[in-house]
Amino acid sequence: MIGLLLGTLRTATPLLFAALGGMFSERGGVVNIALEGILLVGAFAAAAAAYYSGSPWLGVAAAVVAGVGLAALHALVSLRFRVDQIVSGVALNMLALGATEFLMWIFFGSGSNSPRLGSPGLPATAGRLLVELPPLTLLALLAVPASSWLLFRSRFGLRLRAVGEHPEAADSLGLPVHRLQFYGVLLSGALAGAGGAFLSLNAHYFVKNMSAGRGFIALAALIFGKWRPGGILGATLLFGFAESLQGHLDLPWLPVRFMQLLPYLLTMVALVGVIGRCRGPAAVGRLFVKD
Amino acid sequence: MPRKPWRRALALAVEALWPPAAALGLSFAVGTVIVAAIGENPLRVLPLIFAPGLGSADGFARVLFDATPLILTGLSVAYAFRAGLFNIGGEGQLYLGAFLAAWVALALPGLPRPVALPLAVLAAAAGGALWGAIPGWLKARFGVHEVINTIMMNFLAVGITGWLVERYLQEPGQMIPHTAEIPAAYQLQPFARGPAGAWLGLDRANPLGASLLVALAAAVVVALVFRRSVEGYRLRAVGLSPPAARYAGIAVGGVTVRAMAVSGALAGLVGVHEVLLYRHRFLDNFSSGLGFLGIAVALMGKNHPLGIVLAALLFGFLNTGALEIDIFTEVPRELVVVLQALIILLVVSFSELALWRRRRRRRREEAA
Repeated sequence: MIGLLLGTLRTATPLLFAALGGMFSERGGVVNIALEGILLVGAFAAAAAAYYSGSPWLGVAAAVVAGVGLAALHALVSLRFRVDQIVSGVALNMLALGATEFLMWIFFGSGSNSPRLGSPGLPATAGRLLVELPPLTLLALLAVPASSWLLFRSRFGLRLRAVGEHPEAADSLGLPVHRLQFYGVLLSGALAGAGGAFLSLNAHYFVKNMSAGRGFIALAALIFGKWRPGGILGATLLFGFAESLQGHLDLPWLPVRFMQLLPYLLTMVALVGVIGRCRGPAAVGRLFVKD
Repeated sequence: MPRKPWRRALALAVEALWPPAAALGLSFAVGTVIVAAIGENPLRVLPLIFAPGLGSADGFARVLFDATPLILTGLSVAYAFRAGLFNIGGEGQLYLGAFLAAWVALALPGLPRPVALPLAVLAAAAGGALWGAIPGWLKARFGVHEVINTIMMNFLAVGITGWLVERYLQEPGQMIPHTAEIPAAYQLQPFARGPAGAWLGLDRANPLGASLLVALAAAVVVALVFRRSVEGYRLRAVGLSPPAARYAGIAVGGVTVRAMAVSGALAGLVGVHEVLLYRHRFLDNFSSGLGFLGIAVALMGKNHPLGIVLAALLFGFLNTGALEIDIFTEVPRELVVVLQALIILLVVSFSELALWRRRRRRRREEAA
């Protein structure tokens, strides 16, 4: 039972980071399909930095930097060069896949996986449960109330939401629309990058294409959680639970592969409106052009 | 002063072609830097990408083979885009197409070839059409954006087809998750095995086959639909402005569903290439992003059927060249994926820039 709980929390961690990140991007009106690529780049950067420095925490820092870097590219291409946000995201996912596989050869001399890595830990004085629970998981859980405060209680959050709902109105009030959107996207890169660090450091290896669609599941969790931190937490825990059930439960009428499909199916159902009204930020995906 | 018509045509051609050309040039410049940075000679490595395709008829046939599925997925993206829809579900649609083609072949082994082949081709198209029509219908009926649903349905397609193979169609005694070989009546044989093979100078193992003709025929049909048909007019009307199209009496919902279905069918035809020609079976998880590369091909080809064929050819060169780089140099073959991603980013950025400049010039002319 404790095993299932821990498994759920562990599986949910990268999803939670990435989905909270996606929330800041989309609340500002920028679709971020590149979450998948950011997770992957974060995982690679964490592995490379942790391997060469010997410090897992430096790996986490490197993952955040790398995530912000890729997110900055997304913001630059889609806001400055006005490229469609979906197109930019698709291209960046491809770039992340190609670049990490390419760099694996350069950094680790292998095309499949990195050497063994250490994971970030807390001093043993922190107590038993805290030692059992990966620190990044704790950070992800703490990020939920923090995100909630930032989005709904801070000035930045209010402005970001205004920009995502109605950029023209926000602009007429003198808000720097593109700069706020830029910050939202960068925040998504930092959070999803940290999620990537958890992927490789917790598994003790970086494996080629190890994000394996988790960025898209995070996108699903973002929608299923109705673009709110609490909802996102619930959705990622549900998706994490469904995935970690696999090891604990063997029902002949319920194939394992169907449990993995649950996030995608639930998202489609949620969008149609069967599970209550589900509406994203009004101006999401639409580029604001100032005349 | 009126300009000479040929000069005007030349100016138009330059305007249309400079973004892809510049994107290609700049991404290869970046490639040069990357190759030099890891201590290899760029002048030796980069030409290797194009060497096999240009060196022999056999090499060029391999490029055409790699380009075939990209023509289809590129056309698929362009067809939906004509109606203002962004189909990024090509990956899932081609899985359904390939699966259905294999399933029909395995379920009806006794059919004679003249019935069997068209039936399997139809099944491939139908599988893709079904997977495309669902997000189309969800958009038309509930107003759900097609991008999210097509992404979700990509994963559903891989999962469901994989499960069906594992559960019902797995070839006995095999560890690899794939179906048994389809009956001979359904198999397309590569050109190299036929009389044309020796005449064209193809190696016995060259895989190029009739799926290329299917892809090229699809390009012609799509071009005709775009330019010469009522449906093409409806697609464009809906793509430019759904409210205006509705006002003009066009059933926007119907056009949306049909556009996504046809787009899905085009992607589904990859099943002809993959199952009927190449593997003669359905392999779980076979596609490494052919649907996503289709987006790149459509963007590079400016959503024009001829442009798409040329762009698919370019990406075919890159894919074929990747193998060469891997064998003959110290540079990892993933360099090619990096180049492809850069090409997409740059080609769309430059196209936006070109559009922007054109608008500015027009504004200036109007002001003058």
